[in-house]
Amino acid sequence: MLEVQEIDVYYGAIHALKKLSISVEEGSIVTLIGANGAGKTTTLKTISGLLRPRSGSIKFKNQELTNVPPEKIVGLGICHVPEGRRVFPSMTVMENLEMGAYLRKDKKQIAKDLETVFARFPRLKERQKQLAGTLSGGEQQMLAIGRALMANPQLLLMDEPSMGLAPLLVKEIFEIIKDINARGTTILLVEQNANMALSIADKAYVIETGEIVLQGTAQELMNSEQVKKAYLGG
Amino acid sequence: MQEFLQQMVNGLSLGAIYALIALGYTMVYGIIMLINFAHGDIMMVGAYIGFFAVAVLGTNIFVAMALAMVTCAVLGVVIEKVAYKPLRNSTRIAALITAIGVSLFLEYTTIFFLTPNQRVYPAEAFPVTNYHVMGLTLSSKDIFVFVSAVVLMIILQYIIKRTKTGKAMRAVSLDKEAAMLMGINVDKTISITFAIGSALAAAAGVMMGIYYNSINPLMGIIPGLKAFVAAVLGGIGIVPGAMVGGFVMGILETLVSGYGSSLYRDAVAFGVLIIILLIKPTGLFGKNTGEKV
Ligand SMILES: Nc1ncnc2c1ncn2[C@@H]1O[C@H](COP(=O)(O)OP(=O)(O)OP(=O)(O)O)[C@@H](O)[C@H]1O
Ligand SMILES: [Mg+2]
Repeated sequence: MLEVQEIDVYYGAIHALKKLSISVEEGSIVTLIGANGAGKTTTLKTISGLLRPRSGSIKFKNQELTNVPPEKIVGLGICHVPEGRRVFPSMTVMENLEMGAYLRKDKKQIAKDLETVFARFPRLKERQKQLAGTLSGGEQQMLAIGRALMANPQLLLMDEPSMGLAPLLVKEIFEIIKDINARGTTILLVEQNANMALSIADKAYVIETGEIVLQGTAQELMNSEQVKKAYLGG
Repeated sequence: MQEFLQQMVNGLSLGAIYALIALGYTMVYGIIMLINFAHGDIMMVGAYIGFFAVAVLGTNIFVAMALAMVTCAVLGVVIEKVAYKPLRNSTRIAALITAIGVSLFLEYTTIFFLTPNQRVYPAEAFPVTNYHVMGLTLSSKDIFVFVSAVVLMIILQYIIKRTKTGKAMRAVSLDKEAAMLMGINVDKTISITFAIGSALAAAAGVMMGIYYNSINPLMGIIPGLKAFVAAVLGGIGIVPGAMVGGFVMGILETLVSGYGSSLYRDAVAFGVLIIILLIKPTGLFGKNTGEKV
């Protein structure tokens, strides 16, 4: 579904991604794990068009994305839940969700999807008139995910959805990711919480300083000594 | 007391004009963090278009205002595309200097083509009647200016609060990257913001023509400055703040010229601004309660 081939991404002189390739099969959960500054966020931003690779290609359902502006990429069915949630703080929960459906015109289906999001996150329904900036961290993460679901994406890019959340909430978020996937959305998940990510993923990549250093099924990586040592706490 | 109320009434129409101009400053600042110093000059262009519509085309004042608004909306969008957009990723001081350049360009292009002389809004453009209500004198000019400004502000609030475009404007002003990830076209949204802000300035320009009777190519400078101050007073980037700030400036100015001397009115107005900002540097509407556009 998504083929990232040998992309090179720079921030000025900084070579942030080096000939990075990953592929995501339709219906799967693929995770990209790595330490701080490895290039995980950069990878997702490049897929969603916020950054441009200097070379290489990104194909989504065989369409080249590297020249498509970010707002069009959303229209193609890729939605990105950014690192740090990035909800619109002085807009209400409801308005944030409406922004998720910004490109859609099918009012009836939007209303249905809103019901689905509210069913999944009853908290958001209770707080729909509240300003997003006044939500707790966990609620904001739910809003960020709900907002992305309002775009009805085929591929969901998630950047560290568990960041800063209490362990119980982390578990809940991962359950939700699994469930979203079970209902047909393909997921590319970036995480530092390798344990959790590998436990729900089908396939995994390990990234270090802009390069993929290891890849395989989630099971393989979980058993790999290298991964155990570096990312799973021994 | 009667005298005081009369001054307040006079201040309301002037304040409404300042508020309309201040809105454009604040909306543009909210979305691209630029103090658009050419904004007062866009108002001046609007005043001229209104003048020619009435004096040459012989339209009524509403049509004149609509023409001025549409033309200036286009002008605002062109200015943004040509002068500001290429500088979006450069330093803010570069953009600010460009804005001053655009301001001078508009002023002196107008002088070149239309001479520096003032022009008088034709009397038939707006027949003046005075009404006496409870001992207060209300001129039809003041009523027209106040009512049309308030109607425009209500429409603006509706657009910002309720429409998809308005919500997109708020989203872009809050977080451009996140807005792009929603599928919002940021460039288009910035253009719309310039269009709306410039249209409001044009309406204010036509109102200035009616209010002061005469217009000239440099008429945008001082009101532009005062409206900018009004925007800062209300909290730059905050829409309701610009409205309140505009009214505060207008009323203050008429009170000072009514009670003291019109020589001091600007000094006092700016003095009050300094005091308010010393007490509350983020402006009356602060950051915490405010809504940016
Ligand atoms: N805007 C930027 N300008 C310059 N360098 C940047 C910029 N953003 C990221 N980098 C650099 O690119 C590299 C990759 O950053 P990236 O944000 O992709 O890491 P990450 O894997 O997401 O890290 P984290 O887990 O901390 O979020 C880092 O060395 C970082 O310093
Ligand atoms: Mg990151």
